[in-house]
Amino acid sequence: MQTPTYLAAELRLPTNWLDYTILGIYFVVVLGIGLAARRSVKTSLDFFLSGRSLPAWVTGLAFIAANLGATEILGMAANSAQYGVYTTHWYWIGAIPAMVFLGLVMMPFYYGSKVRSVPEFLLLRFDRAAHLLSSILFAAAAILIAGVNLYALAIVVEALLGWPQWVAIVVAGFFVLAYITLGGLSSAIYNEVLQFFVILAALIPITVLGLKSVGGWDGLSDSLTESRGADFMTSWGGTGIGSDNPLGANWLTIVLGLGFVLSFGYWTTNFAEVQRALSAKNLSAAQRTPLIAAFPKIFIVFLVMIPGLVAAVLVPQIGTADSDLQYNDAIPYLMQQLLPNGVLGIAVTGLLAAFMAGMAANVSSFNTVFTADIWQKYVVKHREDAYYVRFGRLITAIGVLASIGTAFLASSFSNIMAYLQTLFSFFNVPMFVVFIIGMFWKRASMKSGFWGLIAGTTAAMVNYFVIYKQGIIDIPTDQGANFVSAIAGFVAGAVVMVAVSLFTAPKPADELQGLVYGTRSPGMAEPPAEGDDAWYRKPALLGWGAVILAAACYIPFSF
Amino acid sequence: MSDHYSERDLQREITELESKSTTAARLFDIRRIIGGLFVLYGVIVTIAGFTASDADIDKAEGVNINLWTGLGMLILGLLFLLWLWLRPTAPPPPPVLPDEKKETGEG
Repeated sequence: MQTPTYLAAELRLPTNWLDYTILGIYFVVVLGIGLAARRSVKTSLDFFLSGRSLPAWVTGLAFIAANLGATEILGMAANSAQYGVYTTHWYWIGAIPAMVFLGLVMMPFYYGSKVRSVPEFLLLRFDRAAHLLSSILFAAAAILIAGVNLYALAIVVEALLGWPQWVAIVVAGFFVLAYITLGGLSSAIYNEVLQFFVILAALIPITVLGLKSVGGWDGLSDSLTESRGADFMTSWGGTGIGSDNPLGANWLTIVLGLGFVLSFGYWTTNFAEVQRALSAKNLSAAQRTPLIAAFPKIFIVFLVMIPGLVAAVLVPQIGTADSDLQYNDAIPYLMQQLLPNGVLGIAVTGLLAAFMAGMAANVSSFNTVFTADIWQKYVVKHREDAYYVRFGRLITAIGVLASIGTAFLASSFSNIMAYLQTLFSFFNVPMFVVFIIGMFWKRASMKSGFWGLIAGTTAAMVNYFVIYKQGIIDIPTDQGANFVSAIAGFVAGAVVMVAVSLFTAPKPADELQGLVYGTRSPGMAEPPAEGDDAWYRKPALLGWGAVILAAACYIPFSF
Repeated sequence: MSDHYSERDLQREITELESKSTTAARLFDIRRIIGGLFVLYGVIVTIAGFTASDADIDKAEGVNINLWTGLGMLILGLLFLLWLWLRPTAPPPPPVLPDEKKETGEG
């Protein structure tokens, strides 16, 4: 989730007609999905939430694919080349518990209240101030992230295929624009499911061949233990409080900062993710969406971490001044070194698909929030439904054009973009505080939501930009500082919410039905659909199964 | 504020839109696309594996990676088509108007 830095120019891939044929077929299929999905769009609910009618396995794989953008794949491989097996924390503690919490605890409120977006839930639970603030910030962040994704794609495509940056930006932008405008969220989700399988077909050969080239897991482990020390190959080694490790974080900041605050903020309140679950066909399918996604998430870490570790063996100076290769080049480097034409085409297609899906997830959530939360509620109200479908298509086009603009801006001001991204990331943290207190404490007042958001964001930013950047407290790395800032934002948001609630009026109890723990919304009484009572579809079993499996995965990497 | 937006308004609005929604009835089944694309990719990459040069195989650590990846993709594609064949898309349930539901359900 950080902007990849520049790839070295000598990473040019030896692509031929075969690879371009494979890539061309993919682009045709992407457009075909958009065209074919077009006839299913009649109401605004079809366009923005697929009519709340998709099966759980589709929304589940889209949920994971929306997160598995190319910046995530390249970034986590980079993380592994730099910090080693610590990367597993971003998956096993930094994702699974939050995904399970979303499915088991929060989804009944989200799905049962029939909200169309995360900000809309804030409107029902709190007031217009909290709603408008979160809608505007989310819309701005989505465009920014889509633009940064597009820029990252342009850099990678320029290095690997030799296309000029503007060509890559315009081509990728056009395809995303076309298929979302045509088919709405259904088209975005279907493309994400397809992308999920293509990216697996790309990463598995890279991982297998990479391992083979360094003498298997034992060879990898031995040579990195020798060059980087024993802690490099463990998850928890060197994370005692007060001891020094390359990540700059101890077990407490990892568990609280990454595992609790940052991860719950991202997975449970980021609408680009939650939207996938809201498009499921019933409450059971919505609950299972993040739970089905959790299982691939547990194992995907190996497909990004191993290539990163292999690159650290093959190019010991990676990421330092002695080498032209940046940490972010780990996967492209292995593609160049190991893949013959054919599989190389699959890998290039997978990478491009992942960039486009990462952008499309942001665009398809942006258009929903902008139309349903901003335009329909504050600007042009009470028009017929067809008007909002037309407006949704128009704003999709405007959103894509704006992110193309952002991508061009990012190419000249990449530092500013990195700052802005950090800034927006701090907004997720108080969102989570406000949700968790709002859902579990009836007394939390209407005004407390807005002030909790403001206080938490401010505290996280002050901690990061003033206390850490000015060197008032000493944290060795940006990652470590991120974790601490998240904890500060969480605590400040919670304290302010409680304080404001004590002095302002609570929301009347009859307006909280289905929004607070222990109440039910009027629409939630629907009976389970046929077949949903099968044991393997029980949300509790799936959720706890994922948590136990993730904990078990830590065992071989803890000693 | 005069136009206060409550949960009841939202429930009514979404329920009405759900009854008019056409996604369930008209959206195609994604299994067909995944199956078709992976069979096609599988065939292309498998052929590249059969015609692989020594240089290709040496590059990939002595593994005919095109052959194995191609076969893997082909099998995945066929599995999706098989799943579609065994469990075809369920026809959408007939729309039930909320009013009828109340009348038929006794007590």
